[in-house]
Amino acid sequence: MAAVFFYLFATIMIASACVVIFARNPVHSVLFLILAFCNGAGLFLLSGAEFLAMLLIVVYVGAVAVLFLFVVMMLDVDFAELKQGISKYLPVGAAVGAVVLAELGMVALGWQPASASRNLLETPIAANVSNTAALGQVLYTKYVIFFQASALVLLTAMIGAIVLTLHHKPNVKRQSIDVQNARNAKNVVELKKVPFRTGV
Amino acid sequence: MTIGLTHYLVVAAILFTLGIAGIILNRKNIIVILMSVELILLSVNLNFVAFSQSLGDLVGQVFALFVLTVAAAEAAIGLAILVAFYRNRGTIAVEDINSLKG
Repeated sequence: MAAVFFYLFATIMIASACVVIFARNPVHSVLFLILAFCNGAGLFLLSGAEFLAMLLIVVYVGAVAVLFLFVVMMLDVDFAELKQGISKYLPVGAAVGAVVLAELGMVALGWQPASASRNLLETPIAANVSNTAALGQVLYTKYVIFFQASALVLLTAMIGAIVLTLHHKPNVKRQSIDVQNARNAKNVVELKKVPFRTGV
Repeated sequence: MTIGLTHYLVVAAILFTLGIAGIILNRKNIIVILMSVELILLSVNLNFVAFSQSLGDLVGQVFALFVLTVAAAEAAIGLAILVAFYRNRGTIAVEDINSLKG
């Protein structure tokens, strides 16, 4: 049964990755990227990484892919013009792809684990703990420095993205709360003595 | 027929190759290049998780978590740069991005 699901997920994932590359419309590319990530999450589930599977759905499908979708739809770009190079680069791309696939295939099929590798496990997977609990137990103790560092990476990315995309138009009126709070009647209201029948 | 480590490695290798080919084929379209990078990172994560399960070591999954973090940060920054570039130049054609060339 697991084999059936493995081949199902793998086939759909690779097919949708092909569509991501070859689709004419980038919106279709993004949608098939989402499909590829969903099937990748299925493969994660099959290999026992439940927490990472859920994280892939939440982070990628929920955040990153939607971000891609926003950007693709927000930029008004003539994508047909951008697609013209695909036939020109097809021989080079196919050649490089064949070389990379041959090399990776040689590694993947000829790979042998060292006999002593079972004794070198850093954090062995405990049998009686769920995947999420096991990850949490090592993530907040043994790898807490790396966890904090990745939080710092995300903070930097957030600030960087805001700084890069935020811009103030000069002729837009904005609310300035400290200026508003600093106003009082003594500074603002001016009393004038208006002479009778002459006006200001 | 049981699914072993080799099956996962082959699937990840095919996905990695598709990502590399996507970068080369879509030389003009930087959005698809960013999506190809995401595909490559997904295949790397697949390798990490498969090895983690096969060796019985949790470090692979921890590292895959960090790869996921970095990939999310990379996508956010890349798209922000893209939006800023589009605002300045009105196009996202990659061959026009050579203003710094000496």
